[in-house]
Order: sequence, then C-alpha cells, then structure tokens
Amino acid sequence: MSAKAQRPVDEALAREFGLTAEEYGNVLSIMGRTPTFTELGIFSVMWSEHCSYKSSRAFLKTLPTKAPWVIHGPGENAGVVDIGQGLAAIFKMESHNHPSFIEPYQGAATGVGGILRDVFTMGARPVANLNALRFGDPNNPQTRRIVDGVVRGVGGYGNCVGVPTVGGEINFHPAYDGNPLVNAMTVGVARQDRIFLSAAAGIGNPVIYVGSKTGRDGIHGATMSSSEFDEDALAKRPTVQVGDPFVEKLLIEACLELMATDAIVAIQDMGAAGLTSSSVEMAGKGGVGIDLDLDNVPQRERGMTAYEMMLSESQERMLIVLRPDRTEQARAIFDKWELDFAVIGHLTDTGNIVIRHKGEIEAEIPLAPLADQAPVYHRPTAPAQKPQPMEPIIDPVGIEQALIRLIGCPDLASRAWVYNQYDSTVGGQTVRRPGAADAAIVKVEDTDLGLALTTDCTPRYCRADARLGGAQAVAEAWRNITATGARPLAVTDNLNFGSPEKPEVMGQFVDAIAGMGDACRALDFPVVSGNVSLYNETRAPDGTSQSILPTPAIGGLGVLEDVRTAVGLEMPDGCDIMLLGETKGQLGQSIWLREILGSQDGEPPTLDLAAERRNGDFVRGLIQNGTVIACHDVADGGILVAVAEMVMAGQAGCVLESPQSGMRPEAFWFGEDQSRYIVAVRDGQALADLAAAAGVPCRRLGRSGGEGLTLPNGSTISKARLVAVHTEFFPRLMDR
Amino acid sequence: MKAAIVVFPGTNRERDMAIALRGVTGQAPVMVWHRDTALPAGVDLVVLPGGFSYGDYLRCGAMAAHAPIMTAIREYANRGGHILGVCNGFQILTEAQLLPGALLRNAALRFLSQDCFLRVERDDTPFTRHWAKGDVFRTPMAHGDGNYIAEAETIRALEDSGRVAFRYVAENGRMDAGDPQLNPNGSMNAIAGVFSENLRICGMMPHPEDLVDPLMGGEDGKPLFTGLVEALVG
Amino acid sequence: MKVRVTVMLKEGVLDPQGKAVEHALHVLDFGNVGEVRIGRVIELEVDETDRERARAQADAMARALLANLVIEDFVTEVIG
Repeated sequence: MSAKAQRPVDEALAREFGLTAEEYGNVLSIMGRTPTFTELGIFSVMWSEHCSYKSSRAFLKTLPTKAPWVIHGPGENAGVVDIGQGLAAIFKMESHNHPSFIEPYQGAATGVGGILRDVFTMGARPVANLNALRFGDPNNPQTRRIVDGVVRGVGGYGNCVGVPTVGGEINFHPAYDGNPLVNAMTVGVARQDRIFLSAAAGIGNPVIYVGSKTGRDGIHGATMSSSEFDEDALAKRPTVQVGDPFVEKLLIEACLELMATDAIVAIQDMGAAGLTSSSVEMAGKGGVGIDLDLDNVPQRERGMTAYEMMLSESQERMLIVLRPDRTEQARAIFDKWELDFAVIGHLTDTGNIVIRHKGEIEAEIPLAPLADQAPVYHRPTAPAQKPQPMEPIIDPVGIEQALIRLIGCPDLASRAWVYNQYDSTVGGQTVRRPGAADAAIVKVEDTDLGLALTTDCTPRYCRADARLGGAQAVAEAWRNITATGARPLAVTDNLNFGSPEKPEVMGQFVDAIAGMGDACRALDFPVVSGNVSLYNETRAPDGTSQSILPTPAIGGLGVLEDVRTAVGLEMPDGCDIMLLGETKGQLGQSIWLREILGSQDGEPPTLDLAAERRNGDFVRGLIQNGTVIACHDVADGGILVAVAEMVMAGQAGCVLESPQSGMRPEAFWFGEDQSRYIVAVRDGQALADLAAAAGVPCRRLGRSGGEGLTLPNGSTISKARLVAVHTEFFPRLMDR
Repeated sequence: MKAAIVVFPGTNRERDMAIALRGVTGQAPVMVWHRDTALPAGVDLVVLPGGFSYGDYLRCGAMAAHAPIMTAIREYANRGGHILGVCNGFQILTEAQLLPGALLRNAALRFLSQDCFLRVERDDTPFTRHWAKGDVFRTPMAHGDGNYIAEAETIRALEDSGRVAFRYVAENGRMDAGDPQLNPNGSMNAIAGVFSENLRICGMMPHPEDLVDPLMGGEDGKPLFTGLVEALVG
Repeated sequence: MKVRVTVMLKEGVLDPQGKAVEHALHVLDFGNVGEVRIGRVIELEVDETDRERARAQADAMARALLANLVIEDFVTEVIG
C-alpha cells in the first residue's frame, strides 16, 4: 500500500477528496462505520459532479426525452433512435474540457476515445465523429498551443481508429482563454435487435474485464473535472490519461465480433472513475450485487493498491457481464484481437459491491443508497447581467468591406485547415464532407438511408440571454439538418458552464435548459443523451475567476430516407436565389456588430419557434421533392455571408439584386434574424407562390451565375478573392 | 476477379476497398487475417488496404511487414502475382521491400486529408490501362506519412525504367515537386505511386477506392478497379 | 543485459521534425543551435550475459525491424 493509502479516513481527508461535511456525514450513516480509504474514494467519485450530476440533475429532468422514434433516451451510455429499416442510430456528445487545457493532445484524443466507447458499447459500429471546439482569444499565445494540440489529438485518435470526422464547429472568445471546450460526438449504427445495455443481470454470471491494462492514469480525473482550474492544475499533469487509438480500434472490432453472438448480458465502458463507475452503475441498474477480485485485474504498473485500481482512468477498457457458459468463446475473440481478457468477479444477490485485493476485503458498500442518496442540489440562482442596449448604428465601412472582414474573421473564416487534418472519407460513406452542406451527410452502408449530423451553439447569444440562447442552439441544429433535406430526429446535449456555486452561472444554466426544452418540444426534437461540464472557470492572477460563456452545445441527428435527395451549398448556374423566412434586420449580438463596430451590445435576435417549424417543414418538403437544388441556412454573419459561402462552395457565382427592403443595407445583409434559409430554385416565382400559400415569407435575392459575387451596386468580388480572404486566418495563426 | 484483402490489426480501410472491388466485380473479396499463413487458392489480386497497422508504431508498416501472412504474400509476388498496396498498404510493401523507397512524414508535419490530383505516368499496366498516359484524376488522400523518398540512384532507376505510376500534379497536369499546393506531402519527384520491376505490384498513397460512386463525389478512382478486372480476368 | 538502440535518419535525408524543432529553438533565442536531427531510442532487455552476444542480437533486431535501412542508420550500445 502506498503511504497515501495508509492515511486515516476522516472529515479532512473526505474534504480533500471533494466531499462536503454533510456528504461525508451521509457516507457515515450509509456505512454505519468509518469507511475504508478505498470506500471513501468510491463515494467521492460516485458523488462527484461529473458522475452524480448533483447540481444539474433536477433541471435535466425537465427536458423532453420521448418521441415515437426514440428507443433509448438519457440514462444509457448513449441515446438510441429508430432510423428505419430495423436500424438504429446511437449517439452522444461528451466534454473533455479540463484534460484538454492541461495536455491538449491527449485531452482531446482521449475525449474522442471515450465517446467512441460510449457508442460501440451499445452495439453500434461508429460511423461518424464530430467535435465542437471553443478556444480563447487567437491573439493569446496560449491559444495557438491549445488549438494545435487539440486538432492533432482529435485527428490522431479519430484517424487511427478509422472513423471519419465529418463535422463540428469552432469558436474563439477570450472567455475560453484558460478553459477551452472540447466536446466530442460519435454516431454509430446498429440493428435494433442488437442493442446492448448496461444493466447487469443473472446471479453468479461472470464479470469480465477487457482491453488495455490498468495503470495509475488519471486517478481522480472525475473529481478534478468538477473543480476549478488554478495554477495547481498544470502541476497535476501526471494524472493525464494517455490514449491508444490502436487498442481502441482492436477493442471496437473485438466487441462487435462478440456482440454478433449472444454471449453478452450487459456491457459498459470504463470511462470517468473507471472500474468504480462501471461496476457500480452496471450492478446498481440491474439491482444486483457484484464481487470483484482486483488480483485478477490486468495491471500495467507494479504495486497498485485497491484504491488506485478502482479509481484509475486508464483508457480503452470495458466491463462485460457474460452468460455463464460463454467465457471461453469470448476469450477466444479477445485473444484473436490480442487484447487483455480477465474474469475479475461475478454478480451476487447481496446488493453490495465487494472489492477484494490480496485476500482482504477493501470495500463493501450497499449499492442502493450509494445511488439513491447521492446528493442533489438546488443551488441558488441569480439573473444574469443583461447586455447594454445597442447604440444607434452608423456603418463606417459599407457592405463590401464588411463582407470581406466578416468572412476572414476568426469565427467565420474557413475551417479547412482544421478539417483537412481529419480523415473525413474513411469508411467510404461520406456523401457531404465538412463544409459542403449545413450538416454532414453520411450514408448508412448497404442501405439508401443517410444521416445528417451537426453540432451547434451560439455562446454570445447565450450570454446575452441564456433562455433564448438555449432555444436557439436547438433550433439551429434542427435548421442545419433541415437545410440538407433530412428529417431532424433527436439531439444530444453537452452543457458547458462555469461554477454552479456562482448564482448567476446557475441562473444561466437553469435558463438555458428551459430554452432548450421550449425548442425541443416545439420542434419534436427530444434530448436522448448528453453530458454536463460545470466549473469551467479560469482563475486570473489576482485571484478572481472568470466563467466561460454559457455554452449548451447541441449535437443534432436527422435521417434521409433516400440519401440521394440531400442538398448542399453548391449552386448550379442559372438558378433563382431566394430567401425564405422573415428579415427584420436584427443586429444585436451579431458578428457584424462585433467585428465592424467592436460592440457586444444589444439583445440577440428573437426566435419564433412556430415560424421556425413552419419555415423548416416547408423547405424540407421542397428539397425532398427536388424543387430546391441548393440550400444554406442564414446564421452568423447574416444573408451576405451565407451567399458568399454558397459561392465559395461551388463553381457558380451569384448576382444579387437590390432588396428594396426599406431597411439600412447593413441591417438587411448582416442582421442575424433566425429561421431563415437561402435556396436555389429553377423558378423563383413558383417558389414565391408556394411560400405565400404556406405562410412563409419569401423574397428574391438574385440569380446564380457569373464568376464571383456581384453586389447590388454592381461591384463584383471574384471567387478567388473571397476564397483567399476566407482561408487566410487559420494558416496565418497556426503555420507561422 | 477473385480478390483478397489483407487485414492487419489497425487496418481501417478494408471496408472501403471491399465496397470498391465489389462494385466492379460483383463479388465480395475474401478477407485474409494477418496471422493466416496462406492466401486463398486462385486469387487474381491481393490488396493491402489503408489504415494504421499496429498503430503506425515504430514506423508505418514496419511491423505489418513481418506479419505471418507476409511470407505467403512474398511467395505470391515471386510467382508473378498482382498486388495493390494503398496508403498503409504501400508503406507495408516498401517496408517488406517488395517496392523500393520509403514513406516519411509529410513535409508540413501534419496529417493531410484532402483531394489531390494524380497524373497517370503510363497506361500499359494492369493498374492503369483504363486511363491514358498523361490523364489527370482526382482522388482523396488521407495520411500523415506519405512523403516518398529513395536514394538518388533508386529514383533514377525508377524514372529510367518507367516505374513511377502516379505523380501529384495540378488539375491541368502541371507538376512542380517544390510547390506544396501541388505536391502536398513533399514527395521526391512528386511521386504518389510506384510499380515493381515486373509491373505487377503497385503501391500508392491516395485512396481511389474512396471515389468510385457519384454519390460520394465522383467516380474518378474507378478506372483502377475496372482496369484490373479486365486485365486479370479478361 | 540492457541494450540501447539509437535509430537516426541517414545523413542527407531531410528531417522535417528536426527542422521544425531547430526553428522553434531559434524562436526561443537559442541562436547558436545548428542542425537539429530527431531519432528514436529503443531500450531492450536481452536475456544474455555476454556483452558482445547481446549487442550482436540487438544489431540483428535493428536490421530486421527496428530500423529501416533505406532511410535510417542505427547504433547499438550495451548499457547494463
């Protein structure tokens, strides 16, 4: 035993492990005695924010999670939805924010590895990865290091396991300077009759450990990710887990091979809090007990204690409950793939978890109270500060100059430098690569089905109005899926916020969830999985701590019954370019206001969920029947940025006409009014007639054709110039 | 055409390759495991697909080059068998010294996943017969170590004997090995693929198997496979 | 015995990693750094009591697998 393990267990030690005095009191009453060191470790990780969701659980329960097509909602390793033909899409998004600040490469890489396991543990072959990344100010020298490491880490892991990285998003803001966000999403496909769950069953059934050996990696990672950053964080570097994508690839293949048999009763990956959370959750969900003998755990380091093995976060490991007579069949599969395979315990009828090591009982905890008496907090909330009202606007540059500045700014510049480091084609099913459509399109192998995948959130809107921002994130995901012609099915959420102990942050959290719930209900777009990351704070040298922008990242999934009907941004020549949805010219919180006037003032654009649904359903129908040939939603930067993106995506240029809108040009062209789409159609008048009948505002913007983007004043910006400006930012930042 | 695809631990483009081959032959290729010691009887083509065999640890392809199946593949090559190695498969073939040269890290030290243009350097081989010499085709590339290098005399011998299969070029066919836009990984003489002396083994870095379907963006890679079928089964 | 195998790119083979590190060192004001080259060090436990035999085995391993003689050179040394 290490010296640390011999320390007496008391309230002071409990505090070091992250338990409050009250929580430690509950531990004592559950145990009826002083817990052992290992037991205290188990309580502390199971009751950490990361594993217990103690600050968020009460609010998460308010989100809609059901729809006729939802097969499994939150509570499993990932969400499962029916995509037709007896198949299911299984998906989830999860954060790896704190590890990515400490060691960007490994933090991001293990984030990708962890979310992949959440998906293939349910029986799905992973078919796509996405990632939502938020970095600090590009001018901060730390940012470059973090971007470089995170991008290499995402690519290094995803490329090696052979799952295409097809989409995602990147924002920059000084609020993420000391606390970047790395939210990784994986989507897999499984047969509906071959979905594997985590509830253990069958007294006496063997408990199997497979994958990599256990080392002292990341011990107390789960509690670290629930505490604020300070200068010590960098000193905690040795606890960073290191990923091995090669082993993960073998683990995927071995697990899928085993899943093709009927040997598995239950399976779960060892993620945060490793062996502890997997064994406790599997047995707890099944209402059974579990006995583990740690002598049988494959170990990479010498002299590991029970405490260390139970809390290790070594990567690429899974826990499986097998049917009694299938151990040798399973062992042969893992031998073939050269992975460790060990029987480390069995299920019991005691309702307890019992941990044995070297002949001693190191822990014996009743599972029901460990789960049922986990703390739940209703922390105080306070209204967030409202943004300043906008000053009267004077456009100092005109629309041409503004467009050039916007498409080159960090938040709108081309991400090609990033996604060209991610293998987006492996698997041979990628129908629309990153940037080619509003959502990535991946064909489901051996069918005509397509999946439309996106991640979305506009943190600056969330800061200005968290409820609206939460709703907008969901609506934008729905809109991006719709803009490809796909039917939006469900979302996974990754809720990144500051410290819940700050009332205004807790207020943002509660409001954002309320807004998400509004949008999910209005759009029939339920939440089926997710993850909460709190305590995203950066401590300044003066001791104050700054929270990140509230960032409820939404991962959306939609389905195309015939993937060939999907459309992207690329327009053919000779189409009418039409705008659907109402334009009011709202510039509050817009990119234009920030980049041109340096202002972060004003209310974010309003969101009418009934109009969102009406406009979206209208557009989707016209894509599916072939009327709409190209489509792009209007988002950051407004109409003119969206049109420029369509020009850059293909061969055809675009000639814009004077809008005759009666509003100021910058408000019309750069306002960020929601629920709008730009579409290319053969007959604009016919579209206008259909839109009028459907109650959808419609106006003509111009016509596709020519070599570049021609503005209403007749000035043409060549496509080459647009592309040059658009692609300058990342190489200039990163390759210097 | 009876094709076999060799799968090593860490191979990850075997499914892409199988789809491409099935698309032109109508027949699913046989998957051969790295620990097997024999190839299936009567195979017309052996393919070493892309991926990260053994995690690309040590050097890309180094450990796979010593896998048990490689003995059978060597014998197959000695008997005049046809072998295609793509990406990691190309790296394995060089490590096994079935093809000359080596693949170093990309010149810019970053993984590159993008479309590139390849120029066909000769059209009288089973791999290139459905193109004409000088044809340029688009294909995805996705690798971190594709920077082709060999000793000067090896390069000279390759060039003199017409054993360069493909080169990285501009869309209009212009080659400039010094321009990272045109020769993205920095390969010597912009070499993207090479042949063995008997022209029956071909290794290349980019992935024509990922561009054989208009739905995925085009069919530019398909002539490789249709040409092989015609050459090997007539 | 413990044998250390050091594998380096051959003289004349461009080493982009070395170049990048050289550049980074210059940025950090280590202006007197000349050429930087990056290699790989492999330590092997060889079940052998004779130094020469241990080294000969490591040589054989380097030739067979640890180094690619097309682009790399290697040096072996017994270190314990």
